[in-house]
Order: sequence, then C-alpha cells, then structure tokens
Amino acid sequence: MKKVLVLGSGALKIGEAGEFDYSGSQALKALKEEGIESVLINPNIATIQTSQSLAQKIYFLPVMPYFVEHVIKKEKVDGIFLGFGGQTALNCGLSLDRLGIFKKYKVKVLGTPVKSIEITEDRKLFAEALGQIGVKVPKGGFAKTVSEALKIAEKLGYPLLIRSGFSLGGLGSGVINNKEELIKMVSVSLKHAPQIAVEEYLKHWKEVEYEVVRDNQGNKITVCNMENMDPLGIHTGESIVVAPSQTLNNYQYHFLRRLSLQVIEHLGVVGECNIQFALNPKNNDYRVIEVNARLSRSSALASKATGYPLAYIAAKIGLGFNLAELRNSVTGSTSAFFEPALDYIVVKLPRWDLQKFVGAKQMIGSEMKSVGEVMAIGRSFPESLQKAVRMLETGQDGLLSNQIDDTKLLPTTERLFVIAQRFSKGDQLENIYQETGIDPWFLSQIEEIVEFEQKLKNFQLIAEAKRLGFSDKLLAKKLNTTEDKIRQFRKKHGIIPRVKHIDTLAAEYPAKTNYLYLTYHGEESEESKESAVKKAIVLGSGPYRIGSSVEFDWCCVTAAQTLKAKGLQTIIINCNPETVSTDYDIADKMYFEELSFERVSDIYDLEQTACLVLGFGGQIPNNLALPLYQAGYNILGTSPESIDKAEDRNKFSEILDKLGIEQPPWQSFKAVSEAASFSKKIGYPVLIRPSYVLSGSLMNVAYCGKELKKYLQQAGDYSKHPVVVSKFIEGAKEIEIDGVGQKGKLIIYALSEHIENAGVHSGDATMVLPPQRLYLETIRRVKLATKKIIKHLNISGPFNIQFLAKDNKILVIELNLRASRSFPFVSKVTGKNFVNLATRVLLGEEIKQTFKTLDLDYVGVKAPQFSFHRIKGADPRLRVEMSSTGEVACFGDDLPEAYLKALLATGFKMPKRSVFLSIGGAKNKLDMLIPAKKLLRLGLKIYATDHTHKFLKESGIRNTRVYKISEAKHPSILDFLKKGEIDLAINIPEKGSIRGETDGYIIRRNCVDLGVPLITNLQAAETLVSALTPKRLKDLKVKSWDEYISC
Amino acid sequence: MVCISGKLYFHWFWEDFDGGVHFMQGKLILSDGTVFLGQSFGAEGRESSGLSSTSGEVVFNTGMVGYPESLTDPSYFGQILVLTYPLVGNYGVPDPEFWESKKIQVKGLIVQNYIDHPSHFESQKNLDVWLKEEGIPALQGIDTRQLTTKLREHGVMLGRIEIQNVSHSETAFGRAKFKIQNYDPNAGNVLPQVSTDQVEVFGSGKKNIVLVDCGVKMNIIRSLVRRGVKITKVPWDFNPLNSKLDFDGVSVSPGPGDPKQAKATIQTTRQLLKTDIPIFGICLGSQILALAAGGNTYKLKFGHRGQNQPVQDMQNKKAIITSQNHGFAVDMKSLSNDWQEWFVNLNDGTNEGIRHKTKPFLAVQFHPEASPGPFDASFLFDEFLDLL
Repeated sequence: MKKVLVLGSGALKIGEAGEFDYSGSQALKALKEEGIESVLINPNIATIQTSQSLAQKIYFLPVMPYFVEHVIKKEKVDGIFLGFGGQTALNCGLSLDRLGIFKKYKVKVLGTPVKSIEITEDRKLFAEALGQIGVKVPKGGFAKTVSEALKIAEKLGYPLLIRSGFSLGGLGSGVINNKEELIKMVSVSLKHAPQIAVEEYLKHWKEVEYEVVRDNQGNKITVCNMENMDPLGIHTGESIVVAPSQTLNNYQYHFLRRLSLQVIEHLGVVGECNIQFALNPKNNDYRVIEVNARLSRSSALASKATGYPLAYIAAKIGLGFNLAELRNSVTGSTSAFFEPALDYIVVKLPRWDLQKFVGAKQMIGSEMKSVGEVMAIGRSFPESLQKAVRMLETGQDGLLSNQIDDTKLLPTTERLFVIAQRFSKGDQLENIYQETGIDPWFLSQIEEIVEFEQKLKNFQLIAEAKRLGFSDKLLAKKLNTTEDKIRQFRKKHGIIPRVKHIDTLAAEYPAKTNYLYLTYHGEESEESKESAVKKAIVLGSGPYRIGSSVEFDWCCVTAAQTLKAKGLQTIIINCNPETVSTDYDIADKMYFEELSFERVSDIYDLEQTACLVLGFGGQIPNNLALPLYQAGYNILGTSPESIDKAEDRNKFSEILDKLGIEQPPWQSFKAVSEAASFSKKIGYPVLIRPSYVLSGSLMNVAYCGKELKKYLQQAGDYSKHPVVVSKFIEGAKEIEIDGVGQKGKLIIYALSEHIENAGVHSGDATMVLPPQRLYLETIRRVKLATKKIIKHLNISGPFNIQFLAKDNKILVIELNLRASRSFPFVSKVTGKNFVNLATRVLLGEEIKQTFKTLDLDYVGVKAPQFSFHRIKGADPRLRVEMSSTGEVACFGDDLPEAYLKALLATGFKMPKRSVFLSIGGAKNKLDMLIPAKKLLRLGLKIYATDHTHKFLKESGIRNTRVYKISEAKHPSILDFLKKGEIDLAINIPEKGSIRGETDGYIIRRNCVDLGVPLITNLQAAETLVSALTPKRLKDLKVKSWDEYISC
Repeated sequence: MVCISGKLYFHWFWEDFDGGVHFMQGKLILSDGTVFLGQSFGAEGRESSGLSSTSGEVVFNTGMVGYPESLTDPSYFGQILVLTYPLVGNYGVPDPEFWESKKIQVKGLIVQNYIDHPSHFESQKNLDVWLKEEGIPALQGIDTRQLTTKLREHGVMLGRIEIQNVSHSETAFGRAKFKIQNYDPNAGNVLPQVSTDQVEVFGSGKKNIVLVDCGVKMNIIRSLVRRGVKITKVPWDFNPLNSKLDFDGVSVSPGPGDPKQAKATIQTTRQLLKTDIPIFGICLGSQILALAAGGNTYKLKFGHRGQNQPVQDMQNKKAIITSQNHGFAVDMKSLSNDWQEWFVNLNDGTNEGIRHKTKPFLAVQFHPEASPGPFDASFLFDEFLDLL
C-alpha cells in the first residue's frame, strides 16, 4: 500500500458533524506514521484534517462518485478508506463499488469489506444475517410502499416504530400510533429511502451501545459501553448518554458484550463498529437495533470517554495491523488489545438550537435534531451531569429555576429540567418513571441534586455541594453572596477540585499522556512534572452549535500547534467530544473541562505562571476575556478592555464616530413607543436585535410598525435587557475583512464579499474570496477604515470586521476582536495561515513579511450547509438569524466553477429537465427575467405559479402554470414536487416576514421534505444561473489544493 | 501521610448530612502508615465498644460491574477490596443463587461513592444492608484513585479499616503511631477456611470431574454442569487417587493466598501428574499445577484484578480479554521443558497459562468462568472436556 484515499464527510450537518473531522484526522495520522501517502477529499475547509500537516494531497471537492472517481484516476491510489467520513463517505463508497470503480482502477477498500457494510446498511439483509446466528432483532417487516407498510402494521398492531435504512441520524423514523400517522410518515420516508422498516415499539426498553473493534485475525474487543438515560425511542444523538452503563449488572453488561462480539464476527467487520441494543428493564430480553460499520458520533464519544483512540486503531487495522501488536498510546507500555477500565463517569448532553428555526417543534424522538454535544467527566453522576448542563452554554446554571413549563413530561429538549422541577414540587419518582421510562437510578440521582439544592442555605454545605457538581455562581445565588466570595471561602478551606487522569486503565498503569479532568471526589491532585518552560492555556470553543463549530476548533488546534512549535508548553481546555482539540496529543495537557470563569480560574491556579489565549475559541472565551482580565490573569494579545470596547455597542459607536467611520443609525430601547418613533424617524425597514439572548429571542427585520411591535414582544422582557434597533439597509452588499493586527498595525487581511445582499446572516451567506464584483474604491475604503479601527484599539491578534457597501459608501456593522468563523476559509484560500500569524503576534514576534491576498489567480467560494430536512416544520428561507449548521468551500478558476462545486458539495443537484419559479415582489420578478431566459436557453422547462407565470409570459418567457396549494386546483405545485417533476425550485419570498402556513412556506417546506434543491435568495439564484450557463459537470476541474495555492 | 483535606469534607458531612443514610466516620490505615478518611457503610461494629475494625491485604479491582460476584469470590478471602469504579451499589444485591459462594468473602470494601438507591429487577436488598448482615465493614468517600496509584507504586500492602462510632475527634485521625498487627492472608494456609469440608456432587453425566475446592467460584461448577458432566467437589486436601471415586478428570480451582501454602493440594497434584488423567488448573489451580510440576511461583507487585486483562495464546497468536484475580504468578523459566507457555499477558508479559507438551495437563491463570467479567475464555472448558 503506497497511496491511500480518505473520504471526508463534507459540511457539518445535523447527524454528521465534527466527529468526522476527528476520525478522519486520526486515519491520516495513522497513514503518516506508516509512511503511506495520503489523499483526502473533503470540501469542509474548516476542518483540521484539511490542514497541510495531515494529508499530502487535499481536494476541496464534493464527496460524490463523479469527483472521487476522477481523483482516483488522477492520483492512482491503491487503497481507500470509506469508514472515516460518516454516512456521506460510506454511501459514496457503496455507489462507487456498485459502479465498479474500485475494480476498474484496482483500488482496495481498506477495513470492513463493502459486502459487510451493505448488510449493515440494509435492514432486511441485516435481520437475515443476525437470524442466521440466532440473534434477535426487533419484530417487524420491510416495506417499499405504503400499502406494504400497512399490511405489516395490521399484523403487529400499534404503536409501531418506523425506521429508514440508508440514512444518518434516523431521518424519516419515528413512533406512530395509528394508521393515519403511518401513512403520513411512510410516504415521506419512502421519498428518502427505497425501503423502510416497520417494527414493534419496545416502549421504555433501555438503549445500550457498545463500540467494538475487530482485527484481521478476528481478535475482538469492546472499547466502551454506553447507556442512554432516555429509553428507546429517542435517537442516541438526542439522548442523555452515560459511559459506562450505570444500571446494568455484570450479567447484562457481559451478555450484551458477548452478543456484540458474536455479531461483528459474523458480519466480518474489520476495524471499528458501533452496535445498539434494546434491553428489557424487567427481564433480560434484548434486541439488536443496529450496527454502524464505520466510525460514528458514538465512537468519537467513546474515544473521548475512554482515551482509547478508536479511529486511529481502526485505521491501523485497515492497513493490516492486528490489535495484539499495537500499543496502548495512553500508557505507551501496555497493549492496544484491552478494554478500557473507567474510574470516572461520563455524561453526554446534546445541544439543540431549535429556537433558531421558525416553526420548529421542541419535541425530540427517533430523528436527530441536535447540532452538537458536550461531554462531562466526574466521579459521581450529579457531578458529571451538572457540569454537562453548564457546558451546554445555554444559560443554565443548574437543574432548577429555569421557569419552564413543567406540565408535560414528554420528550423535549428540556425534559431534564422538567423532571427536576417536578421533583422540586414534590412529585414522586414512581410517577416520573411511569411517564418517562427513565430508569429510577437516574431519577433518584436527579432527585438528590434537587433536594440538596432546595436545602442549600449555609456555607457549611459548600463542600458537599461541590461534590454534587454545583457551580460557585449558583452557590452565590443561593447563599446571597458573590461568586468571588464563594471562591475565596473555598480556597481558604481547601475545597478545591483535584486533577485526575483519563488513563484507560483506572490507574493500574501510569499514563504518559496528560488527558485530564477535575473532580471534587478526591484528595490528591495528580500533578504532572513541572517544567521551566512558559505555559499557555488555549480556551476551546465548547459545544458545536449554530454559529460556532469546527472552524473554531481548527483555530484552537492551529494556535496550540503554533505555540508548541514556538517552544511553549500548551494546555487546551474544551468540553466537546466531537473535536480534534480534545485529542490528548494535540496539546501537552488537555483538560476536558468547562469553559467557565470558575473552571478556567481553577486551572489557572493549578498551572500557575500560565498565560491565557482567548482569541481562537469563538464567543465563549471572548466573553470570559473581561472577567478574567479583571481577576488579574495574564491574557495574551489585544487588551480585554479593547475587546469590551468592540463588544459594547455604545462604546464602539463612539469610537466609530470619533474615527469618522459610518455605521447604520441605531439606538437601544426599553419601551415600544420610543422604538417605534425612532424607527419612523430613520425609516423602515429596521433590524431588531435583543441584547440578551437565552432562547427564542431572535434578530428580525421589521418592515412596518406592526411588525416592529410583534418582534419586540417576542424579544421578551426588554426593560431589563434593552433591544437594539438599527436601520436596515436594503440592497447593500456585505463585505468581511479578516485579519491580524500587531500593536495596532495591519499585518495581513483577507477581503471577502457575500453573494447574498445584506439581510442574510453572515454565517448563512455565500462568501467569495478574493471579491469578484467590488469596486476598487470600495476595497480601498474598507481597508482604510480597518486600519483606523485596529490602530485606535491597538489590536494585537486576530480580528474580523463586517461592512455594508452601497453606492460606494461603506458602513461598519460589526467588529470581533477574535478569530472569526471565516479564518480557516481565508487561511486556506490565500494559503497564508492567519491563525499561525496571529499566534506569533501574541507571543510578541515581529512579523515583517507582506502578504498577497487580494490578487489571486483563482477563486474560493464558501457555501452554507443547511439541515432543514431534520427540523420538522422549520421555514427554510434565509433570514438575519443564522440557521446553517455547517459550510463547505471549493476552489475554481473563476467564480462560476467554484460556486457550482461548492453548491454540489452541499448536496445540490444540477437541474436536468425543469425548474420551478415562484418570485415574490415586482422588483424581484424583474430581476429574475434575465436568469429565467438563461434557464430556458439551457433547455430547462419552467413551471411557475400564478403571478410569476403571468409576468414571465408577458415578458415572452415560455412557462407552464402550476396551481398554488391555496388555489385548491390540480395539478398543483405539490403534485409536481411529489412526482419528482421539479429538479430545482427557486422561491424568492417577498420582503417582510409573514409567518404561518402561506403558499410560499408550504412550497419551501415540501422542497426540503422531498429533497428538491431550493434557492430562496435572489442573488444566489442569479449567481447559480450565471454559473450554470457556461459550466457543465465536466467543466469542473479536479485540482488539488496545492495546485491552486502554489500558482 | 494523612489526607488533611478529606477531614474537612468529612467534618461537614457528619454535621449536616440529614439524608436517608447516616454515615459514621471511618478510616483505612495502610501498613506504611498512610491514613485515608472516609465514611462508613456496611457493618459498623458493636455499640458498646464503639469501634469496629478489620484488617487484611488491600487490593484493587478495575472492573466496572460485578461487585456481588467479586465480594463473594473466595479468592478475595482475607483481602480488603478497593473498587476503582467510583459508583458502587447501583443495582443492589441479587438473590444468593447468583453469588459465587455462600457469603461475602472479603474482609472489607473500599469505594469512592456508595449508591444507596439501587435499581434493578433482580435486586433484593441494598449493598449496605447486605454488608451489615454479613458483618463486613466498608468505607466510601475515599479517593480510590489515589489509593490505587499508591498500591500500584508501592505494591499491595496490608491495611485495616477502623470505624469510629463516637463523635469525631482530632486524635482519631492522627498518624497511626504504632505498627498494628494486620491480618495477612498470605502468611499461612487459608484454604481450610474457604474450602468445603465434605464431598458434594453437582449435575450428572457420563464423565465425572473431581473439582478440588480451594475456594471455588460457583460459576465454575455451573459452567461445567451446563456442559453435561458430573462434578464431584472435594476439599482442598482430598486426594482422589486415595479414594474410591471413579473419575475422568480433575480441575484444581482458584482460591486465595500464597500457592506455596497449599501443600496438601500440591502433593495431590504431583501424584496426579504421574497419571494420564486430564487436569485443568484455574488461577490458584494453575500455580499449584506449576508447583507440583517442580516449577516456582512469585508474588506480583500489585496483581491482576479486573475484567480487561489481555492474554495471547502463544501458539495461534489469538488474543482474548479475560477476567482475572490473582496476586501470584507462575515463573515460566522455572518449569521443565515438558511444559510450554500457553498464554501470556499482553500488558506485562507475565505467564497466564501453561500446558504440558504431551500429556493432558493444562492450566490458566485467568478465569474462564468469568462472573464477573467477559466470557471470551469459556471455550477452555470445552477444550478441557474434549480431553476426557
């Protein structure tokens, strides 16, 4: 084996997130160690795996058979890894195999054979395979049509569970209670998958998973087992998960373990896989729910929970190694053939962001909706659970006082807090158990936390409170004092957390790595050898959520690597199991801990003499800058006082005025009437931005007084937290500048333009670098304003400024004195590592080079990835509030090429026969005329509804009218969508936001549910059509990253 | 060394805890003078004297499940067991039919956190109640990781648990001023205390296996009986060759203590090795087989106790995960050329099984009967029975 291709997973999406950056990176590391050349295809530019140091060749191309085949041909690879890029890579690999590509180019599939994968991916084959060895799977059958499903349902009786094969995160799955629900769900599911399973619903059975490894010799281990606190029926990605299992006795633990080994032996897995069981809590009956013959979210969690590098070992096995000859990389002295013994308990909580979606429901179930997760480690369940709750960064300090509606114990994103509140009101454990099916073991532990919190009235209880995981902040609230006083009291009385290692062997052998956590269940801190070297603590970015994900992990990892290369001892604090930054070999020390003031202080106290690096982990560390600075900690880079000036609207506004830089007029308000008169004065539309965002309160654009009033009401209690109203400038272009300053001097910058006009959140916008359609005058002005700002704030480190440009005028809308979401994008497109430079600046190194970032011979386009199909009911139109879950970026010789590649990488399919147009507003219709003509010229048939139809017809554009749903006539647009007649839908809503079941909403939602590509923004539609005009698939070049940036 | 910070914790715990369980203070004193403070659960001694204590060899086990099985495993006789998994008691205590012997065998139990709200359909009582019924003291709130690290670095030590049934006093927690005479299970022959005193028969079948009970675990009997053989369990010093028993094979069981103390069993085994009767030694049985064959055994620094011990078959290179519980090991070099190394521990290279090159004598250091632990090695029972 000389050259191996690794397939990545593309953009982060619900059900497929940062865990695959971790697993892919580990695979590349294993290849590197063996001296095997690696080629990676992954359009996710924000990942660590797409950094220069890991893979020899990187292709920022869509992970689809067409491109993969071309890369195989071009690079002449001998082997391919399909198991490290989630379901995307696996599905692509299965297609390639079916197309005979591997055979044609003599490429060996490394690891689990395709035949085994196919069995695990097809529920029917799977049930048959397990039947052969007498292992039980849920009773039920498979249906390819609704009537087949109904037939099975009649036999089994309701309620039933619908499951869909070939999917990630349980899409199109759920519990159904009657015939009507079955018809509804199955018709949707069958659009996404060729067949579905109709199964017995194992109500309140436990859900337990094992991570299993098998080598080429057939040696097998289970690395970790995990128990879902939520019983069967809630997707494991949506569940509260503990590791190891807590309520299984020896027999059950090892019975399921033995079954796991039996099943993977029979399936012939080579490498890693995950197996999920249902276990009857009243006897030992069981079912095997599924097997994932690849690295998964669970395997990433298991790796982080145990310290066992699953992906790395799986890659080594794929390369022909066997477990007994590999070493345990944590101890360095023992065998990799072993099963980790944990001496702590791990709790994983999912992070949801459903309030970001208009129309989304808070219910959770067998489909995944969460966008991220946190993992907490402690030595009691309450300690780990309460840590995890805070790690979520949703504003919760504990289990109580969230003022939530506790009338229903239904599975929702807030059920944990509902349970706690019920206990606080004296509800009985038995009742809660009956309603939720959550094992009484977990419930009694939650009850214990609640009871303790209720009696928490004096300082004498602090030591016990800390062991139960209470934060200083909550204690301060309960004891009517300040967080600082609690901290002082604790330190005076020696109530401080102890450092413990995650060492895979429960202290049986010493660990040579520093994979650490803190606990109050212990007397001794396991100090590592002190070195005289300067230390730096890099704060990570916490849970992935909308607006903050893998891009900040890339920034943190890059910063840590730079610090290490400069000879510093590096320490990372982070709590997200999906990340590379939490690998124990990235920094010298890894604290798997909370990113709170309290915990950072605890670690700062332990590490003495360290300095803090806050600029790379996004908003969480940024928010800590001022309090940590005020506490007297040593912080590298731009002064936190400057950060405060940028974050505080009033202060920042004053600075801009002083510097003569324009900004949209704004004011903050506590009363509706004032806001209304201000809005009238500056003229609608206005942008409304609540200053305190916990849940539900969102940014919006109001086009009239009525809307303003409505949104202000939604913003909640703005008497305490004022609402900012600013002028919303229509038709403005948005420009971002990312850069690094040194003592107020601009060292490097990258200027990107958005394709969509202002009004689309920058995280949802498509970015182009270098800008293709900006006036030189605009660029000059932006640069000038930037230089003024960084000089005034004396910036040393990374920054990002967002501008609006209209009519040669520029206005500043935002300044971030930290690395922004687009840092990996600008670094990788320009070929200059902005984070590396920024880190060196932090260390005081004088950067004297000049950098060429504007005049490039190619174009990079970053496109958002949406996961609307996961969020039932959510309106998929673009708004000022961010809703994308990830992003991709591709290169091209020109904008059309890069744009098309990027769109394809987000799952877009090129239209072949037909396009549906539904354009709201007169101006939009006019603007769509030229694109519509181009579409016709491309040979595409145009369908349009009522007004659009008439308008196009009058303008001489041939099109077929289809009926809106509200017209109640057939054929309606819905009929066409369902029949698969529409290849692409362009639905441009009129400005303003009228919610509810409008025609536009129903069209958009159906496109999402039926998997029809949808464009809702005019500029995006224009760019797409202009790109489609000159380019076909074959025109999209297969060029590696270095082929672009070296020119 | 005294763990001062623990005192503070405990102090408040004592004063303010008003939950369901009322904990008394207790301490673990190691033979090197180290004192660990904790709270007592389980047996708390007589009200009158106010003091209850126990002593033994302090050992740790890294298994994450299986405390009822471990506590009733006679191999732990004379030992104070430290469980490294920090939550113990989660699923209560099952019916005695699931135990490994008729009673709790350990002298004491040390955990980080005792869980008094078990949840399991098989649970009959809380762990605390069971320990009380059997008179076994236990401590929680001990930094078991610190303690384990200490045992790993220093090697296993003797130690004692003291429960103070009076109000806490500073002096009670001072450094242990004098060397206390701790019970040492390796100092003498403990087999009479764990073995049966009569011959007992289990199961039925054409083949009869004499099981020499040096402290056998019930699951060895269950595992063999399930395979359709008759088991005749005999006392540790019973010599089947001198009896009227008609038998087809012999299994020498696991058990506690230093194997060299089991003189009568070694003697019997030596005689058996002169025959062609298949012999299967398990754990202590493996050490006895080695000693009977003229080999030597030695004490490991801190032993192997857990459910994740990797061993490799030296012939076919296949590796399995095993359940282990032993403090002594066979010195492979001391055995004659008639014997081959069968299994080796992949972590530290120690011997995990021996096999006679020509005769049907085999022995493993680990536990094919599992309970607690993985079943991966259960095929060895079949391998043994195939020899009959």
